Amino acid sequence: MTTRLQRARRLARDEGSYSELLALVPFARFLGIELDGEGSGVTARLPFRAELVGNRQANALHGGVTAAFMENAALLELMLRLDLDRVPKSIDFSIDYLLSGRAEDAYARCEISRVGSRVAHAVVRCWQQQESMPIAVARAHFLLAALE
Amino acid sequence: MLQNHKADAVMTETYRDALANRFQSAVPFANTCKMQITRIDVGAVEMMLPYRDEWLGDAERGLIHPGIVTALVDSACGSAVLSQFDSYEPVATIDLRMDYLRPALRPLDVICRAQCTRITQTIAFASATVWQIDADTPIATSQAVFMRSSRRLRERT
Repeated sequence: MTTRLQRARRLARDEGSYSELLALVPFARFLGIELDGEGSGVTARLPFRAELVGNRQANALHGGVTAAFMENAALLELMLRLDLDRVPKSIDFSIDYLLSGRAEDAYARCEISRVGSRVAHAVVRCWQQQESMPIAVARAHFLLAALE
Repeated sequence: MLQNHKADAVMTETYRDALANRFQSAVPFANTCKMQITRIDVGAVEMMLPYRDEWLGDAERGLIHPGIVTALVDSACGSAVLSQFDSYEPVATIDLRMDYLRPALRPLDVICRAQCTRITQTIAFASATVWQIDADTPIATSQAVFMRSSRRLRERT
């Protein structure tokens, strides 16, 4: 039996069509996340909109939005790269903020550092104007198979 | 003397009430999500995120996405730090760590209790616990560090 995730993954890998994959994660759609690129170079994009601002005075992107966007980028990368039949569960997530997020689009790229039989480790970088000037870096562990 | 002290206490109270009441208008994303401060004390807040299907990360299993829980915790820890002050000053998150102890489930609201554990001239530390039904059965715990604004530091010294 083919699961929705397996079908979405095939569409993403073979045709570079990510809408099915994003449709599996309602919160990614709520944030308005898009995926671009092919093969090993998929980049997540968060189009800016006023509802994502964390401080009206400073007009800065909400720090929690940056974190949530990066967590999504990691989860989507795992769903795309690994042959899973379910969405992985987050174990932990740690983010370091390097620059204040501006009122503009943000981008994120995830590198899967290690995949074990049950746990995966990932590192995410998020930037706005230049990839070489990240606004935040994060690392996370994910549970791939439920421990019964 | 006693009267002055009382007047100060009233003013401090007003500042914290204002923090809670103006939270959604000052923080557009909090307004987008309808996050609200349900309790505020000196250095501690309780914040609530009403459930929505849009928070799901795994619609099939009915699990809330960890990202929206992180966003709630960031807001709650920041507010806990602000509630420690006597008047508003901007703070910026330096780092934040989440441990997801249990999955967050549909269709329950999410509640976060955050407290400021230590504050210096430059840095503020906070910790948080998140639950849905029972505060003794947390779905997540978190630690966060914030930086205070340098402009205010010059004014303070």
